[in-house]
Amino acid sequence: MKRIEALNDFVIKFANVNGSGSASANTLFAKSILRMGVPVSPRNIFPSNIQGLPTWYEVRVTADGYLGRRGGCDFMVAMNPQTWDKDVAEIEPGGYLFYDSSRPMPASKFREDINVIGMPLTEIVNSHYTDARQRQLFKNIIYVGALSALLEVDPEVIKQLIAEQYKGKEQLLPPNYEALQMGRDYALKHLDCPVGLRVQAADAVGERIFAEGNNAAALGAIYGGATVCAWYPITPSSSLAEAFIKHCKKFRTDPDGKAKYAIVQAEDELASIGMVIGAAWNGARAFTATSGPGISLMQEFLGLAYFAEIPAVLFDVQRAGPSTGMPTRTQQSDVLSCAYASHGDTKHVLLFPDDPHECFQFGADAFDLADRLQTPVFVMLDLDIGMNERLCKPFQWDDNRELDRGKVMTAEMLDQAKEFGRYLDVDGDGIPYRTYPGTHPTKGSYFTRGTSRDRYAKYTEDGAAYTDNMQRLLRKFETAKDLVPKPLTRAAQHGTRFGVLYYGSTSPAMDEALDQLTESGLHVDAMRVRAFPFCDEVADFISAHDDVFVVEQNRDAQLRTLIINELAADPAKLTPVLHYDGTPITARFIAGEIAQNLKALNVTPIRVVAGKN
Amino acid sequence: MTYLAKPKLHHPKLPTNALGYTRRDYEGAISTLCAGCGHDSISAAIIQACFELDLPPHRIAKLSGIGCSSKTPTYFLGNSHGFNSVHGRMPSVLTGANLANRDLIYLGVSGDGDSASIGLGQFAHVMRRGVNMTYIVENNGVYGLTKGQFSATSDKGSKSKRGVVNADEAIDLAALAMQLGATYVARSFSGDKAQLVPLIKGALLHPGAALLDVISPCVAFNNHTGSTKSYDYVREHNEAVNYLDVITLHKEITTEYSPGELQEVRQHDGSILRLRKLHEGYDASDRIAAMNFLQESKAEGEIATGLLFVEEDPADLHAASNTVATPLNALETADLVPGAGALAKINAGLR
Repeated sequence: MKRIEALNDFVIKFANVNGSGSASANTLFAKSILRMGVPVSPRNIFPSNIQGLPTWYEVRVTADGYLGRRGGCDFMVAMNPQTWDKDVAEIEPGGYLFYDSSRPMPASKFREDINVIGMPLTEIVNSHYTDARQRQLFKNIIYVGALSALLEVDPEVIKQLIAEQYKGKEQLLPPNYEALQMGRDYALKHLDCPVGLRVQAADAVGERIFAEGNNAAALGAIYGGATVCAWYPITPSSSLAEAFIKHCKKFRTDPDGKAKYAIVQAEDELASIGMVIGAAWNGARAFTATSGPGISLMQEFLGLAYFAEIPAVLFDVQRAGPSTGMPTRTQQSDVLSCAYASHGDTKHVLLFPDDPHECFQFGADAFDLADRLQTPVFVMLDLDIGMNERLCKPFQWDDNRELDRGKVMTAEMLDQAKEFGRYLDVDGDGIPYRTYPGTHPTKGSYFTRGTSRDRYAKYTEDGAAYTDNMQRLLRKFETAKDLVPKPLTRAAQHGTRFGVLYYGSTSPAMDEALDQLTESGLHVDAMRVRAFPFCDEVADFISAHDDVFVVEQNRDAQLRTLIINELAADPAKLTPVLHYDGTPITARFIAGEIAQNLKALNVTPIRVVAGKN
Repeated sequence: MTYLAKPKLHHPKLPTNALGYTRRDYEGAISTLCAGCGHDSISAAIIQACFELDLPPHRIAKLSGIGCSSKTPTYFLGNSHGFNSVHGRMPSVLTGANLANRDLIYLGVSGDGDSASIGLGQFAHVMRRGVNMTYIVENNGVYGLTKGQFSATSDKGSKSKRGVVNADEAIDLAALAMQLGATYVARSFSGDKAQLVPLIKGALLHPGAALLDVISPCVAFNNHTGSTKSYDYVREHNEAVNYLDVITLHKEITTEYSPGELQEVRQHDGSILRLRKLHEGYDASDRIAAMNFLQESKAEGEIATGLLFVEEDPADLHAASNTVATPLNALETADLVPGAGALAKINAGLR
């Protein structure tokens, strides 16, 4: 029978039961390959459940560094009888099935076109351990040991990682090493090692780090100077707030134990954003972390923050909606509800990080932007980057950087100023000056309200004053264009009239898809949009191409809608490429869709011959 | 209401307080509420209380929700920052503001619709967190700005101006605040300034969550026969449990009382709340007894007013959060940003 042969380039998937302790063993496996210098891209595929339901951990081993989800599975570690049939069916022909053979399985439960590797895991643990929890946990380490032999993962690297994990709890090392060795020994003795899939040490990881987007964004909030966090638990954003708590304890505790931060788990998302707005109005940097349903609840307050011009930072870790939708599945489906959040005429600044590195960077930048623009800023993560560990550039910080608190008048400035008008456009950029409460005994106080007011914050229902203010808010949004991160362009190897726009977590799949398209002679210029309002470059990019694909992870082509609406782009020019089943988008999907569309347009592939370009 | 602007000049001999401010320095814009509105009396009482306590107006932040009551912060403390927020959501905005700068005095102004109807959730949670604030509910049992609908504090059996009898049970915000852990709970009547001013002063000095439920008749929609929130009804049924004197450090104690009639509560800042008991045996420091008393007086059809409950040594949200003494909004880059060195270590841990 054919068997898949690949070096440093395959997909292995672990089918487990939620709550069985498999997560740390699986992470250990992925990280050990990474430590061998081979890029990996793991993904948790998990249910909205704490214990008992199926959960998968998929690791893409990728010598080329393609970090998007590949699709398909070459090696299945089938540890969950509940999902056996589905898991077996998913294996690529010639792939491998690793299973617990303690209980005999009927032949009908297998496939003839795959390689079956049985190991009596339950038998082994039962004969070595008496405690039920130990049996469960060490079973996971034992299969990692077996896999190290089957796939040639360096056991010393695994041991090193275990040692790092249990630093300070050294008594746990010997039993873990023993279980690891037990798995290896069994595999080397009884199984055909190695299989066709192998890991070989390489030097393809470099200085890159392996981080989760939520953790990175929380760290960004620390570096961005956030002192107040108000949040309400919601998947997949909870780990962002929890990471902030952890980072605060480490970095923001005074020598005498006092906290240079305040974190409130609010009663709901309305209160979360209310507290953020109150704190930001009063001069503290404040944020909330939430997901789509939370954004829906915050709508009224977001209109107030826009109109009353209060800085606020929101991390929206998007999931599949609407309503409860698929809370543990990824999507980019809050683009419109954030861009135009609230009733009345509103527009908000959105940032689209594509990996944990940018989650950190934009997480910090968002606070400067919010203060500078005096408006809410949304950092649009999604579950795929938020809750998975992703290989990315290391976090960077310039020690010369100071927090930009924007246009805030101090008591001295008020004494020297001719006048103070909270909504006066003194500099012509649409951004007025503000004061913090308590600044000056007689100058600079003003009334903040959601009702209309004049340039001096005085209540008025005069239509001219209202439109004057709304026009200034538009000018301010224009100013934002120059402050938000610019889009990044990747030009095709060959001149082309086709372009593709994408954003956020689609990035790694798109990089790979572009390579695949190039290989098949299809050339497309690509632009990664990193913020709303759109910089002029986005409109220029669209103008420079006859047809532009817009790749998104939602049903309604939300970014495309925003582009059409804001840039008056011709809808006929913008072809949506949409993936929204809750799984991360793949290169296969993107390349397939684009190739099909190009074929329909009768595009002749142009293969670039080496040396002739 | 009046369209006549107040003259900017005032008598040179207007009395000043320790800061050299006159009462006028604590006023705001001219009220646009109806003539005779109870809320205007409350605004006047707030002005009086702040003046008497020598509070610098700019060190007070006034926050409100939406409704007639929530409009009033414009009409007092013109040199304070104010925030007219979202209907029923003032408590969260105030909580956030308080977290940002623990050094200011926070005055939340709300109404019965704002706090008991749409905002009951936030009302409850701000009390249980013990946010250091003075929360005044200007309670008229009716929606004024939308013309006369019942609110959630309307008593069962109370009749609306259109003749509809309220069938729903009333929410007693003072009782609720007591249950939820507020550390200073008072009820008063906008028509009794002598009672109200000291209660506001006591609340402003109290370093914890202070609630004042002030019955404040709506002359336009809830001041008729059959209403339980009319001036006449409240006057007839008002049952004051005590009378409060607030004695700040620099003011001498002059009045003499016979022992047994007095209850003294010494506050953290050294000020003394001196309660002259009007109701025999009423102990304002006993939360459970106070809660029982409220239920009993309600059953008898009385409106218990006065300082219903006060905790001598309250804690607030900052104590629970263990925050630094410096206001969070005054922390700077060096205090907040761990720097490139710390980041390099984090990076190393992620490989």
